Amino acid sequence: MERLLNVMSIFSLLMAGWVLASLRRAHIRVEYSVSWLAAAVVLLVLSRWRTLQDWVVAAVGVNDTSLAVLMAGGAVFLVVLYRFSLIISRLKDSNIALTQRLAILEFRLNSLDPSSDGRG
Amino acid sequence: MKLLILIPAFNEEGAVGGVVKEVREVMPNVPVVVVDDCSTDATVHAAREAGAQVLALPYHLGLGGCVQAGYRLAFELGYNYVIRVDGDGQHDPRDIPAILRALEREGCEMVIGSRFINGAGVHSGFLRALGIIFFRAMLRPILGRAVRDPTSGFVGVNRTALAVFSRSFPLEYPEIEALVVLQRKRFRFIEVPCRMRPRRAGRTSITPLKSLYYPVHVLLGVFVNVLKFEGRRK
Repeated sequence: MERLLNVMSIFSLLMAGWVLASLRRAHIRVEYSVSWLAAAVVLLVLSRWRTLQDWVVAAVGVNDTSLAVLMAGGAVFLVVLYRFSLIISRLKDSNIALTQRLAILEFRLNSLDPSSDGRG
Repeated sequence: MKLLILIPAFNEEGAVGGVVKEVREVMPNVPVVVVDDCSTDATVHAAREAGAQVLALPYHLGLGGCVQAGYRLAFELGYNYVIRVDGDGQHDPRDIPAILRALEREGCEMVIGSRFINGAGVHSGFLRALGIIFFRAMLRPILGRAVRDPTSGFVGVNRTALAVFSRSFPLEYPEIEALVVLQRKRFRFIEVPCRMRPRRAGRTSITPLKSLYYPVHVLLGVFVNVLKFEGRRK
């Protein structure tokens, strides 16, 4: 069990380091890095804090601490993924509206421009 | 009467020029706009050569986004009626006057060109035919009436429907969901017989995998729209 918790700690530290490095190189925007950093912190705390582990074990109803912590970690990632699905959906809507607006403006501009063939 | 013919097209260089020419022969004084969904072939060139105006999307949006772009343009330009004809040549433009007459005389918001009324030229694969039977049965209680050809893309809309669709239109596989959107608004639709032909060139975008995904996506879309409808009624 200890080994799994240690792996989780190392993984969360690596993840936080990776996200911070990406931030530094401007590969990820600050607002989108917060969820991953928060997930890394939650994983780290879960894997190190015994009292919290006991509470999770009681709450989940699983006797195996490592399995309970793993389930809690999985739940954290599901929340992060869902948040990004919402963000992607919003971005897609904006992208579609922007694409349509751009095409319509170009169409109307071509209709006005005497040097164009006037066909849009 | 201010009518616009809208032809959504994606990689239809082999068919779209012929469709535009046929439409212009049937409706010589009506503007024709091809909405190009960021084709990678010569669709834009073929459409312009045939005499159409082209609304060229800079990014591939899929059928719903493509059609909605045309509806938005038509609404902004003040058109009263828009008739959509597919760019693959499956719809016979000689049926456009019948759709327009129905829009003007019946005063309904949408007219669907149906291939199943009078058996006017049916060209459906087995899976599609099965899907149509399924969606007919599913839509009947939702719409409160029968619809013969719920997947037809040969549709005309008036300005009231145009106002709604230019703001909100289903993005993928839009035909069936659009009917539910109409129902939510208490709009009326009728079906008129139309001829359906085999596609002139190119390939359908519906792959076997997509044909499995299609009913799932449409069912979810219809379900969401029905929920919105119930919410609105309260």
